[in-house]
This record gives sequence, structure tokens and C-alpha cells, in this order.
Amino acid sequence: MSDAPALLTTADGQPLKSALAHSQARSRRRAFLLVAPLFLFVVITFVIPIGQMLFQSVYNPGFIEYENRDTGEITKLMTNVTAWFEQNPQGTQPDETAYAALAADLVHLKATRAGGSVGERINYDIPGTRSLFTTTVRNADRLAPPYREALAAADAKWADPLVWRAMRSASTGYTLDFYLNALDLTRDETGAIVQVDQKVRVYVMLFMRTLGLSAAITLICLVLAFPIAHLLATLPLARSNLLMVLVLLPFWTSLLVRTTSWIVLLQSQGVVNDLMVAVGIIGEDGRIQMMYNRIGTIVAMTHILLPFMVLPLYSVMRPIPPSYVRAARSLGATSWTAFRRVYLPQTLPGVGAGALLVFILAVGYYITPALVGGADGQLISNLIAFHMQKSLNWSLAAALASILLFGVLILYWLYDRIVGIDNMKLG
Amino acid sequence: MALPTYATPLERLWRATYLVICSLIFLFLIAPILVIIPLSFNAEPYFTFTDRMLALDPEGYSLRWYDSLLTFGMNAPDAPRDSSWWSDVWHNTTWVRVAKNSIIIGFFATLLATVLGTLAALGLSRPEMPYRRVIMGVLISPMIVPLIITATGLFFFYSNPCGLFGMIGLPSDCGKLAGTYLGVILAHATLGIPFVIITVTATLVGFDQSLTRAAAALGANPRTTFFKVVMPLIMPGVISGALFAFVTSFDEVVVVLFVADHTQQTIPRQMWNGIREQISPQILAVATILVIISVALLTTVELLRRRSERLRGVTPR
Repeated sequence: MSDAPALLTTADGQPLKSALAHSQARSRRRAFLLVAPLFLFVVITFVIPIGQMLFQSVYNPGFIEYENRDTGEITKLMTNVTAWFEQNPQGTQPDETAYAALAADLVHLKATRAGGSVGERINYDIPGTRSLFTTTVRNADRLAPPYREALAAADAKWADPLVWRAMRSASTGYTLDFYLNALDLTRDETGAIVQVDQKVRVYVMLFMRTLGLSAAITLICLVLAFPIAHLLATLPLARSNLLMVLVLLPFWTSLLVRTTSWIVLLQSQGVVNDLMVAVGIIGEDGRIQMMYNRIGTIVAMTHILLPFMVLPLYSVMRPIPPSYVRAARSLGATSWTAFRRVYLPQTLPGVGAGALLVFILAVGYYITPALVGGADGQLISNLIAFHMQKSLNWSLAAALASILLFGVLILYWLYDRIVGIDNMKLG
Repeated sequence: MALPTYATPLERLWRATYLVICSLIFLFLIAPILVIIPLSFNAEPYFTFTDRMLALDPEGYSLRWYDSLLTFGMNAPDAPRDSSWWSDVWHNTTWVRVAKNSIIIGFFATLLATVLGTLAALGLSRPEMPYRRVIMGVLISPMIVPLIITATGLFFFYSNPCGLFGMIGLPSDCGKLAGTYLGVILAHATLGIPFVIITVTATLVGFDQSLTRAAAALGANPRTTFFKVVMPLIMPGVISGALFAFVTSFDEVVVVLFVADHTQQTIPRQMWNGIREQISPQILAVATILVIISVALLTTVELLRRRSERLRGVTPR
């Protein structure tokens, strides 16, 4: 091409190469313009909110700002002690000037009535310190120099280096403390990261339980889905379409309806227990508690997620020609060998797609565990909701959610690499 | 796959076992959904079959829970059932109110998701689309990211949606989206978008581009080509995408829990209340109605899928 004698041109005299580039750029622009409105929409209603959540997980101005709920006016708090922290590096022992700054701030807190919210922020790091602030603030007017002794007399905790460390950390607003909390970690006096007390470790255990239960549910789904997907894929179309309805109907039925059904079936006065009593498997007083515990979560979630395993398996199994297995058999393989060496490897893409999808959906489940899980069937999502709605420790909720999000995005990336988002099928 | 005539007895036995196992799994899938239907006609406030129900005694069955759906929350449930009673039902009954909310929110969310999603799917299906994979990844992600995370993010965002404008010096206060219909509609539209994209791009796979060129060669302008040639071909995908989006909104409760207030309660939100507080067979009556709706939706989607395959000349699977 490069040594063509004359430059190829279009009818209106443009060089062909640039005309082609021009028209390609135009069609690219057109394609992009079609996608742009939706992309913008998703960025605003989805990406930005998630970004805001990530921000909330590393930024909590509860110690330095107070927003008036009615007027929206923002008051700066703890300015003196924050200034002291800026002037003195980490590790400096709080001296009299530091205590004087703190006392001045506490008087200011009394005037602004923000002692509770500031105490709350320190309480997130060191449980039990909210009252330290509220009670001292109440009597802040009576504090007199020397402040170190005055504060220590008001509450010995003011001399605790841990409290000072927490205040220093909270004084910038930006902090990774909530991620530490979310992983059952904290800092000691020297700022080194240590594990929290054995008794209050909950989050790592919950993450592990979430992963464990999700893995168990994925495995059960696979075991249940494989035979029926195989049956659907090998039956004649007319009959398999009919049976497919049995898979698709649960898929289309409301999540809450299915969860309700399981409550009805599994509760101790429910249908399954009644049936077992009637048949005589268990006695009237031996009714099994299958609801509001881990069994309830596993059974209900398996039922809800099973179609997500059957559909990808089916779409991979359908095009596998039966002649391969027949050939293997005619060459002397037993039916088990033929299945294991010839059929199973061909279904692996479907197994991967289904397992990843079910696992991704399972780790983020909230509704079903909240309704049927009881205490020991709760997953990490339920704790995020708890911190959002009950304890109101939003930054911790955001940190937990960010960790979960990170995990899900890795799985999503894997799914895209292995299966391809384009190949996702619905129904 | 019937067994060949030369199958050994062991193979026949295995085949029978296999069919039994499959039937049990199908039973596991479908029984929980079917069992609530008879239970919703229970004459007693129990969640199990009473002896009278098992004996098929008509006394054991009643419509009382369906009736209570109508009267729950209304001003004067015991008034004579004339036109003013029905007007009371229409305006005050809890379930009617939440159903109206569900339909309003679902309708607008579906409309938004379908229009934007179809346009985007058309763009994404063009081979010259730049950054296709990344953009597709972002657009599908609302389906993958756990709802609790989306809801948490929206909770922060909706409390002050214009907060970001403040950073570039624009007015940063434009009210809240939390506790508004618009807020819930936007969130549900976002959740429905992946379904529209997936179904519409699936119809566009193997879409014969020469059809649009033929239309253009025959003198049709791009608009005519789109409405007369492209639209009819992708319509089945668009409609089933819209149905998916509607069902997503109709069934969604986590976002509603986080960003809606009591005026935007939807059917699943009310069911959530019912299950957590005073679970009564009333919930089963609602559930039965919802199952009937899903059967109708499923039938529609199946018919559309077959039509789409016929139109595109794909032999059915």
C-alpha cells in the first residue's frame, strides 16, 4: 500500500485514508452519543453515590464540625485542640497548653450543645467514651487552671493516651480508623495496629461467615442444578420448555413471596414440621427449629438463587452434541468415565458462570437473611444495615460496605474475564 | 434422551433414580410457591393446613384474608359496601395505597430504563463503539453490586444531591431526593437498566446490518429506517427488557427501605413490615396475587422470546 504510485482519493478529491478516518470517527461519535445519555445517568445515580459512600468511609468530620439539622449551618468545633495537634507531631505528650486548649473547646461545646456528637465520634474508636464528653462538657464552665489536673479530676480518662490518640486521629476528619474497626483492629497508645479484644471481634467472623455460607449455598445450588439442567438439555424441546417453566416461575416470583413461603414452610408450626410429625419422623415435641437460624438462610437462599445456576448450565449443556458421549461409550468407556472425561469438561464454562454468579449474588444478600436468618444466619449486609439504621455509625457501615464492594468487584472482574458480561443471559 | 433398547438393568435403574432425583429438585423449586396459594384461603389465622382444609371441608376455606386486604387501613370497614365504601378503599386501604405507589414508581422507572437502555444497547452493539467493554461493565454493575451497597450510597447522595456542585462553586443546596418519588424512581431505573441492556443487545446479536443499508439504499432516511426496520426487529427484546425492569422495581425493597419515607411505601415494603411485625395469612393473600402476576409476566416473556427467535430466523433452542 505504501508504495502506491498515486494517492488514492475519493470522488471529491480527499485522500482516501483521511476520508475513511473521518467517517470512522463520525460513526464512533454516533455510537458514543447513543450510549452517552445512559452512561451519564448511571454515573449520576450510581457511580457518584458509591463514590460518596467510599468518601464517607474515610472521612468523618464529627469531631470538628457540627451541622445544625434545621438551618444546615456548620459550626467548627474543637479548633484549639486541633491547632495544638497540628503544631505538635504525633507522639508528643499532651502538656498544659494542650489541656488548656481542650478545656476551651469543651466550654465551646457546651455553648454549641455539640458535646454528644463529638463524643460519639471518639466513642466509635474507644467504646464508652461518649459519656466522658457529655459529662465533662456539662460542667465545663467550672474548669480552672491548671487544666491538666482539673480535667483529670473531672474524669481520669482524660489522661488516657488512647483518648488523646483517638482525638488526634479524628481531628483531621480524614481517617482509616473505620477500616481498622471493620477488620476488628484498633491502635494502641503508640499508634501501632493491634487486634481488638477477643470478646468484641465480630466483623472478621461475619465476613468469614458470609463467605462460608455463600460458598455452601453455591455448592448446594451446583449439586441441585446440575441434574435438572442436564435433564432439560437432553429432553426434546417441547417437553424441556414445559419443564423450564418450573425453573423460570421461581425466577419471576417476588423475592419476598419466596421468603414468605419458606417462613410458612419451615417454622416450627409450619408445613414441613407438620408433615414430619404426621408421618412420624419426629414427635410432636421434637419439632425441628429450621427457621430464624442458619438452616433457614441456607435453604431459602438456595431456593432463590437456584435458577441463576440452572440457566447458565442449561445454555452450555444444550448445544453439547450427545454423539460425543456415545462415541466414548462405543470406544469402551464406562458411563461414569464417559461422563467424567467427556461430558463434564464440556460443561465447565457453565459451571464457572453459574457458580460465580450465584456466589456474587449470595455475598450481598440482605433481605432473606434479615427475615429468616435469626441471630446466627445474619450476613455482612445485615450488619451494614444495622450500622446505617440503628447504631448510626455511618462511616463504619460505609467501610464495611466498601470492603464488600471491593470483593464483589474482583469477582465481577473475574466473571467478565471468564464468562464475559455479554454472555449473561436472562431466561 | 430415552434409553436405548440395549441398556443394561443397572442403567435402567440409574435412569429411574436420576429421574426421581430430578423430580424432587423440581418439587423443591416449585412447591414453596404453590403451597402458599391454598394456605391463603385458610379460614383460620394459621400458616399450616388445618384438619378441615385437609378434609376438603368448604368450611375450612374462606376469602377472609382477601377481604382483609381490602379493609386493612380504611376508615370505615364496617360501613355498607356501596360506592362510598369503595371510595374509602381506593383512598385509604393500605394495600391499595402501596399498590398504587408500586405501579407509579415501576411505570416511570421502567420508562426511563427502557428508553435510555435501548438507545445505549443500540450504540453498544455497533462494532465501532469505543471503550465498549469498560462502558458495558459500568452499565451492568448495578445488577452485580449488592443492593445494600447501592442503597447505602444513595442514602448519602440523596440527603444532599447537589453537594458536589458546592465544590466547583455552584449553589450546593437543591433540596433532598430522600423521601421523594423522584428519588425512588431514579434508583429503580438504574437497577432496571442492566436488564434492558442485556435483553436488547441479545436481540441485536446477529442483527443483519445489511437490512439498514438496504433501507437506506431504497431511500429511507435514518429515522424511517429506525422506526420501520430496526424497531420492529428489536421490539421483543425491548419489551422483555421493560418487563424485567418493571419486575425489578416492583420487587425491590432495600433501596425503598433506605431512601423512601412513609409516603412512598411499595408492596414489597409493606410485605417486609408485615413479615417482621405481625405476620398473618394476609401476607399469603398478597403473595398469591403476586404469584399470579408473575405467571402472567413469565408467559408474556416466553411468548416474546419465541417471536423474537422466529423474526430473526433463529431456530428455537
